[in-house]
Amino acid sequence: MAPRVGVLLSRVRVEEKLLLAELESRGVEAKVIDDRELVLAVEHKPELGVDVVLERCIQHGTALYALSVLDTWGVPTVNRYEVAEICGNKLLTTMRLIRDGVPSPRTRVAFTPGAALAAIEELGYPVVMKPLIGSWGRLVSKVNDREAAEAIVEHKDVLGNYLHSIYYIQEYVPKPGRDIRAFVVGDETIAAIYRASEHWITNTARGGQASNCPVTAELGELCVRAARAVGGGVVAIDVLEGPEGLLVNEVNYTMEFRNSIDTTGVNIPAKVVDYVLEVARTAAGQTRDS
Amino acid sequence: MTVGSDAVKGEIVSCPDCGAELEVKETRPLALALAPEAEEDWGE
Repeated sequence: MAPRVGVLLSRVRVEEKLLLAELESRGVEAKVIDDRELVLAVEHKPELGVDVVLERCIQHGTALYALSVLDTWGVPTVNRYEVAEICGNKLLTTMRLIRDGVPSPRTRVAFTPGAALAAIEELGYPVVMKPLIGSWGRLVSKVNDREAAEAIVEHKDVLGNYLHSIYYIQEYVPKPGRDIRAFVVGDETIAAIYRASEHWITNTARGGQASNCPVTAELGELCVRAARAVGGGVVAIDVLEGPEGLLVNEVNYTMEFRNSIDTTGVNIPAKVVDYVLEVARTAAGQTRDS
Repeated sequence: MTVGSDAVKGEIVSCPDCGAELEVKETRPLALALAPEAEEDWGE
């Protein structure tokens, strides 16, 4: 009997629709769980009626805390709580990459405006400042000189919430007009795209153009190492082609792939569903054996 | 605007004229509402 899959989502975007269609095509019982209607009585695990939960929330905070509760209840999830916690925070991601020897841009973290300016000067212009939490290239700043640095730091200090006063600063890596988005499912880099843009921000959500990127042995191995560093599962790895080689820039745990299926010829939702069912079957086997 | 017959509750559709993102609130009868703007922790 096929596992029953809960799909925790905020709204049905292209990705969620493709995943639900893939589940339906296999005759898998899928239960949509709308996170906006969710009330979790945390003291006791209810009968959820599912064997695994595929997390597809649009809000990091919602995903993080829902996964925390499910994890405590022992419900198998894709991705796991730990992966959401690490990938949802750029500093925690960087520290995992460093821990596991995965090459990434040089990074500084500072906690006051003065220390942030000192860190920027030490790295040398230009630098990139990013919020710890955020996506789609929003509020990411390329800082070209001291005057810009002072303005950005002041704005973050005065206008942002407390998380914006944890200054995350990276070296600017000159790119060949593109970066790489690679998709890892389990222990395999299943596909990758180039994201090309005349703007230094290349996210497809910001207009970057997708084209197929061959998964070389080097790229595939690097991305699997990055995925393992953050806890593994279904993740999208952003890779920069730096002058001295490939660098892992970020890891995303609720990956978007609408622009990458036709581009790569890889049925990404099918790969994701394969993995989700495998997680459920493995968990069921462990329960039987214990 | 036209919405596919396979539309489901919660689905996001785009207005072909203005590009605005709309959410399917009900399918029978069809009801649409402006989808919320992205918040700070939205993303991947």
